Amino acid sequence: MAQLFVTCLVDAFAPQVGDAVVDLLEHLDIPVEFPEDQTCCGQPAFNAGFHREARRMAVHTIRVLDATEGPIVVPSGSCADMIIHHIPELVGDDAPLHEAAARVAARTRELTTYLVEDLGVEHTGATGDGTCTVHHSCHGLRNLGIKDQPEHLIDAVDGLERVELEDATECCGFGGLFALEMPDVSAAMLSKKLDAIEATGADTVVGGDISCLMHIAGGLHRRGSTVEARHIAEILDP
Amino acid sequence: MTSFLERARADIGTPPIAAVQSGARRFQTHRLTAVAEYEAMDDMRDRARAIRLHTLANLDRYLGQFSDAVVANGGSVFFAADATEANDYITRVATDRGVRRIVKAKSMLTEEIHLNDALERHGLEVIETDLGELIVQLSGDKPSHIIAPVLHKTRFEVGELFRDQMDVPYTDDPEELNAIAREYLRHRFLTADMGISGVNVAVASTGSICLVTNEGNGRLSTTAPRIHVAVMGMERIVPSVGDLGVILEVLARSATGQKLSSYTNILTGPRRPGEPDGPDELHVVIVDNGRSDVLAGSTSEILACIRCGACLNACPVYKVVGGHAYGTTYQGPVGAALTPSLFDLEEWADLPYASTLCGACLEVCPVRIDIPRLLLEQRRRAVDAKVGPMWMKRPLQFYASIATHPRRFRRLLSVGNLFGRLVRSGWITKLPWRGAAWTDTRDLKAPGRSFHARWRRRGT
Repeated sequence: MAQLFVTCLVDAFAPQVGDAVVDLLEHLDIPVEFPEDQTCCGQPAFNAGFHREARRMAVHTIRVLDATEGPIVVPSGSCADMIIHHIPELVGDDAPLHEAAARVAARTRELTTYLVEDLGVEHTGATGDGTCTVHHSCHGLRNLGIKDQPEHLIDAVDGLERVELEDATECCGFGGLFALEMPDVSAAMLSKKLDAIEATGADTVVGGDISCLMHIAGGLHRRGSTVEARHIAEILDP
Repeated sequence: MTSFLERARADIGTPPIAAVQSGARRFQTHRLTAVAEYEAMDDMRDRARAIRLHTLANLDRYLGQFSDAVVANGGSVFFAADATEANDYITRVATDRGVRRIVKAKSMLTEEIHLNDALERHGLEVIETDLGELIVQLSGDKPSHIIAPVLHKTRFEVGELFRDQMDVPYTDDPEELNAIAREYLRHRFLTADMGISGVNVAVASTGSICLVTNEGNGRLSTTAPRIHVAVMGMERIVPSVGDLGVILEVLARSATGQKLSSYTNILTGPRRPGEPDGPDELHVVIVDNGRSDVLAGSTSEILACIRCGACLNACPVYKVVGGHAYGTTYQGPVGAALTPSLFDLEEWADLPYASTLCGACLEVCPVRIDIPRLLLEQRRRAVDAKVGPMWMKRPLQFYASIATHPRRFRRLLSVGNLFGRLVRSGWITKLPWRGAAWTDTRDLKAPGRSFHARWRRRGT
């Protein structure tokens, strides 16, 4: 049994990723529950410095998730990082709340980490075609050590070829509200990322965070590029 | 004053930024090679961090020890509370002793306190002797990188500058340019009355000053003139010579990918009787200029910085905007984390927002300063002081009031879906108000039927 914390961006902008996670886990004989009172972990407000607002959302998230059992699977390195590393600090000294946050943090797993490290999955049974390249989202990469897990799983997808992306570990320039607060800087960073993606000749760019993928997809679409940005759950879904 | 974004806008995509980008990349590659070749690097980083944090926690003790040792070695020590005190002291030393010409080795701190301006106001001739700093001085520019002040310039520009300023034929050959600078500086070194240097690391137990350079100008500036003034930030200290060794193991590797820089000078006191070289007088100016406040505050970890510049080279923001966008002496991630605490929070509140919190800086920092955490803390301070991006407040309050009520949240998702359906192509290409900052350069996938709604349809 796993709890799905789908993240607000997937919920609103990429619900098919949630479907893919459920299908994928059920295919691996893991029943999935979706705590319907979940909303947003509060990261946008936290990263912008608005701790009051962030804390309200974080506390809500902790209450909802602490009432459940089993691993909490998150199809986002960034939101998982928020729950694991920042929320316990953010909720503060209130002992019961802090303990609840620590319990939730200990149960929280980013999707590919859960698959590879907890379930020992080597291949998900998915098939694909064409060529893909992988963008490593920053928070998952540097704060949760997610790099090999998605690559191994993608390499095991039948029929799908993976090519290396130059500067694959360099930020795409999304950065949450950074994209709105520093738009020209964000766009300049995105432009470098898109150049690198297009230079691979891949038809799909795969990532583990829908936030970065929305950014990359939005940039690709504006350019009129035919490269598609897809979440790894969609690639791994058999 | 202009904002970070305005300054960045002016520079993004220009040739100087292309130069910064390739320079930073070169540093990055060299660092990676050096780190890969040095098995003990991770261990040394841990040790360097421990040394720096221990020193900061006991800074008063080590500063006292250092100061006593400098005096015992025959030098003088002056504690300057701020830039004015430091500049006044150094100017007084110079004018009292009939100094006319001053040669300077590279020092970020003297940039911070605008020492050159103060000296020049008193009719003193100041010559920068670090090649990069000399180029900055001759072109009336500002440094754009902590260790490579003219990372934003090409050799062609330098060739033109030297031709115009030094009356030499144009060349863009780096070795020839070097020779020209050497020729220009040589007699100035020999005729200077005072040398001013920064301090890379000061050693408390011995009262020594360590200077790390690649050009030998630090050695000449501090030993040829009869007076040496060393200016240091009050945090730039380690307890012992052994500790200095650890810092040196990580400093050059992180900065340029060298095992050691070409010149590593350890200076202990002025010339002693019977010694052939060295200055008659050594003055060490220890500058606070806001550092005590930083030390007492929630961002004190940034004072552990050893100024290697690796975080700049790794930073994806720095690499598209360059150093001038930061508008301050210390650029890049370290500048964004330090400046709002060292100086006025309101004036510099936008710097910590000039980051995506990607963590590349922490990954390379030789003393493992958690710069992303410090940037988050600076943002919190800015918002609490109401000098952050306060336009976000109402939208975030609104969002928080929705996201703490599941039914309201589901309703918002439904509204999003309704709007999304109006967008035929599935892509939003124009958003109003602040949203335009997104759609000016990117499209946005329209929201669809939410996962919440899909889950209910699944009938589980």
